[in-house]
Amino acid sequence: MLLGAIVWVLTVVICYFFLGHYWWFPPPISEHGQAYDTQFMATLWVTGIIFFLAQVALGYVIIRFRDKGGTAKYSHGNNTLETVWTSATAILFIGLVLAGTRIWASVHFAEAPADAVRVEVLGKQFAWSFRYAGPDGKFGRTDLKQINDQGGNPFGIDEKDPAGKDDITSASLKVPAGKPILLILKSRDVIHNFFVRELRLKQDLVPGMEIPFHFQADKVGVYEVPCSELCGLGHHQMRTTMEVMAEADFEKWKQEQAAQK
Amino acid sequence: MSSPVVAHGAPTGFIRRYIFSLDHKVIGIQYYFLALFSVFLGMSLSVLMRFHMVYPDAKVSWFEKLWPTGAAGGIMTPELYLSLMTMHGTIMVFFVLTTAPQSGFGNFFLPIQIGAEDMAFPVLNMLSFWTTFLALVVMVAAFFVPGGAPLSGWTAYPPLSAVGPLSGPGEGLGQTLWIISIAIFCGASLMGAINFIATTIDLRARGMSMMRLPLTCWSWFVTAILGLLGFAVLLAAGVLLLLDRLAGTSFFLPAGLVVNDQILSHKGGSPLLWQHLFWFFGHPEVYIAILPGMGLASQMLATFARKPIFGYRAMVYAILGIGFLGFFVWGHHMFMSGMNPYSAMAFSILTMSIGVPSAIKTFNWIGTLWGGRIRFTTAMLFALGFVSLFVTGGISGIFLGQPALDLYFHDTYFVVGHFHMIMGVAAIFGMFGGTFYWFPKMFGRMMNETLGKIHFYLTFLGVYAIFTPMHFLGIAGNPRRYADFTNFEFMNNLMPIHKFMTHAAIFTALVQLIFVFNLFWSMRKGKKAPMNPWDATTLEWTVPSPPPFDNFAGKHPVVSHGAYEYSVPGAAKDYIMQSDPA
Repeated sequence: MLLGAIVWVLTVVICYFFLGHYWWFPPPISEHGQAYDTQFMATLWVTGIIFFLAQVALGYVIIRFRDKGGTAKYSHGNNTLETVWTSATAILFIGLVLAGTRIWASVHFAEAPADAVRVEVLGKQFAWSFRYAGPDGKFGRTDLKQINDQGGNPFGIDEKDPAGKDDITSASLKVPAGKPILLILKSRDVIHNFFVRELRLKQDLVPGMEIPFHFQADKVGVYEVPCSELCGLGHHQMRTTMEVMAEADFEKWKQEQAAQK
Repeated sequence: MSSPVVAHGAPTGFIRRYIFSLDHKVIGIQYYFLALFSVFLGMSLSVLMRFHMVYPDAKVSWFEKLWPTGAAGGIMTPELYLSLMTMHGTIMVFFVLTTAPQSGFGNFFLPIQIGAEDMAFPVLNMLSFWTTFLALVVMVAAFFVPGGAPLSGWTAYPPLSAVGPLSGPGEGLGQTLWIISIAIFCGASLMGAINFIATTIDLRARGMSMMRLPLTCWSWFVTAILGLLGFAVLLAAGVLLLLDRLAGTSFFLPAGLVVNDQILSHKGGSPLLWQHLFWFFGHPEVYIAILPGMGLASQMLATFARKPIFGYRAMVYAILGIGFLGFFVWGHHMFMSGMNPYSAMAFSILTMSIGVPSAIKTFNWIGTLWGGRIRFTTAMLFALGFVSLFVTGGISGIFLGQPALDLYFHDTYFVVGHFHMIMGVAAIFGMFGGTFYWFPKMFGRMMNETLGKIHFYLTFLGVYAIFTPMHFLGIAGNPRRYADFTNFEFMNNLMPIHKFMTHAAIFTALVQLIFVFNLFWSMRKGKKAPMNPWDATTLEWTVPSPPPFDNFAGKHPVVSHGAYEYSVPGAAKDYIMQSDPA
């Protein structure tokens, strides 16, 4: 009896908090983010209803079928019910995956537009660096031996390569609003993860790999970037920000950076 | 289905009887106590972690006594936090969840439930326990070496775990010991798996066809197959990782590494290779942890609802389906890893498919209860709690199994909430239930039901209070494996939830003392247990409590009935024992 009531109360409390959105996503800043939230809500409703029905049914049988001295029903099951239930869950679950395919495809199968702003992202224990190609539009060659974090060269841009002279290196990510962005994710030591909540996007940075990752952010603002793959003792300090700027401000920032070279 | 051979004689002397025993029952109890020690160690670590997360700057003098460098001045360092986290996960997954439900209960009850005198290979059985024990000793030793325990998590992803102390404290000797311990554990589990498989296939009593096996035996059998295939791969992966660390090979290390300002000469390896090998073991491992709990829950639900299992065959096929599909879904741990994004779609659909047998089980458990006459023993309460937690923990998997949604949830607290609910506490509830259900048979006495019920209700509320909020933290984007949340504005706002969870965790941990007291008190002072205190049908209830050394006192039981013949119309009692004449 008591347990049935507790299961019901817990179910109501949990549903209350999920419906109330007391602790929730930050608002999305991209079309992808909106699509993500739609898919999330669809999944939440489907799973929420299953959760609610299953727990309520559990509470119900606990209360209804407690030992009151009668005889239990002798039954080995019901194949029709079994089949209906199984097919229904299969269709619902696989349907959800298929519905989400579009979102995954737009992130990982679609190529970034050719005019996307390219930024190289480098993770290392426990800092982020971002590199822009500068006015010549070309990234300079890199050389492990020339890596110098204190000297402002975490990428190890080869000073003999003229294409690298105008490269801009920054400790935080700046991107223009409303333009496609293509990140090239790299790590030089252990695995890190680039995560922007407002973009609803996340991707590992894996040593030995260059992982392209594209998106578009539409809302100007500063967003926190927490490393989201365990990278060592300073994992919790590996913070940077992504600043989404009006396009003109972004161009101005790039010029200022280039001028300091 | 040959009748069992007499594998060894009755033990003589204390050492052969209780230490290096060949008796599956003693070995089962040894495993149980190894897991009990481990679960309290693992739980204590988690309380320390929860404490540190909300009071990162607190000065506690005895921290320094325990960890002179990790907590110099009494303040826990982030690296100490990460080593506690690594050891918590490792100890809980390997030495608790893999050990207690399978090796503990399985060892004790598989032979009796199938009508055998012992496991197929008693010496191998003894060896597998003592090898597990050695693995635990090596694992715990990692705390006490210079640099302390490793900080790379229970998943030990390279390069972090492969480049030695360069990548952090604990990554020296501590990480090496961790890998060695895991390799030893793999060896022990392989020995155990072979034994379980051979026993189930060869030693069943006359009439005990596969479709008359109790569902506990089915789940131990399938779990053993998963262990055999999974641990073999983990063992290989562990050896390769050890070679990368000690012999300068590059299985998992690519060219161009610059760690801690040092250029490394490795080249040609792939960090993703480790993840594939690890999760090829790691996902089946989840089912190794939960399948025996499912079997136990089924057993208890039928016994105390006084009803046959609803859809016994469907339950067997669901166990087989989960076991089989379990080997094809490992990629869902790697959606964000940089692996080919097309393969994510395949892994995702297979992952969702595994929701189907899981849904069958839930449906059938409720079907079993429907129309029953439920007796609310403590064991039954834990079985019912298991069902509730299984639903709650399973349903969040529908979010994580979609690569599209994993784009946000991967490595957030949503994941932590999901797997703790299902593979952590649901599995633990299975073990608590199993303890109350089988204690009379194991120790010949009953556990105290009043204490048991108090412990159950407080724990049930406690685990919901700890693990439900994790889902909200995940929705808010809080990453896991953070020693401290103060560097990020959005995480600072979530501190009230963290504080609530910490208090709930301390409360729930203290409640467990009731269980320990009940366990040890009942062993000495509990009411004497009759042969069949629960009016249950399976063979272990046809032998004395505790059973004699050769289980059936030289007789060979003959089985004429299915495992769950409760409330059969026209029968004299409301249950028919499996060994009752046809």
